Amino acid sequence: MSSIPLTHILFVSTALFFIGMYGLFTRRNMITMLMSVELILNSVNINFVAFNKYLYPDKLDGIFFSLFIITIAAAEAAVAIAIIINLYRSHHSIDVEDATEMKY
Amino acid sequence: MNAAAIIFYIISAFILGTGILAVTTRKIFRSAIWLLFSLIGIAALYFWMQVEFIAAVQIIVYVGGIVVLIIFSIFLTQRSGAQMAAPAAKRNIFAILAALFGFAFSYNLISQYEFPASATQPFVVNVADIGERMLSLSEHGFVLPFELVSMLLLAAMIGCIVIAMKIPENRKGRIISPPDTSEIQINPVPEPQKEEVL
Repeated sequence: MSSIPLTHILFVSTALFFIGMYGLFTRRNMITMLMSVELILNSVNINFVAFNKYLYPDKLDGIFFSLFIITIAAAEAAVAIAIIINLYRSHHSIDVEDATEMKY
Repeated sequence: MNAAAIIFYIISAFILGTGILAVTTRKIFRSAIWLLFSLIGIAALYFWMQVEFIAAVQIIVYVGGIVVLIIFSIFLTQRSGAQMAAPAAKRNIFAILAALFGFAFSYNLISQYEFPASATQPFVVNVADIGERMLSLSEHGFVLPFELVSMLLLAAMIGCIVIAMKIPENRKGRIISPPDTSEIQINPVPEPQKEEVL
């Protein structure tokens, strides 16, 4: 357990964050963009738990931060999917390029 | 290199591989399934770090809730067998470059930072401790965020119901009026088909 330095866990979470960022930049479909946001939030959670475990093992704050992030991510996904389905009803498409009424 | 280290590297490779597949696959349903595997891998990483409670919450909320919701919405809005259009080559190249440079920059900072030596005492997460801290009114309690999050969940629930609600027939005319954007828009886009009933 102690043979893994903290930096390696941070490598994984950083790589996951930028994978999510790449998906957010290239995808034009709202559901896949939402998936990329979920990846980014998960990478942040890994960071919180790893810092809590490696640097402050006598506290529980990182655990609580990840719990609240998971809760807020669930609420965010539910609202986002309601909006996406409503947009599909009115536009017949969930591509971000097709929803430009409020762009300029 | 002992067994724990090998397991960690296997889990990490699994998370990153499935994550890359999730953002690059052209079929949207496969993308959701790869995301599911990536989230399960993250739960395995939590198990490896011996925070079983967070791992259980991760599986219940993400794998059991969010991914199922995403798959439902894919079935409602997409032809799931169809391939999505590939991203434009220019945008793809710039996105890869931005991600790579951002990763190099961040990891450079991380690898040069001298973290204080890892604590020696074991990290024990007791579920009873989490519950007590969550509802404690003392200085280090989390009862205020707990209540705020419960209000947020209530608001999200009501918001989802309001968004998904059908507008009654007699109020239809007042709400839908197609926006007159001909003067404002610089690049006129073809007006998307509007449904009769919003």
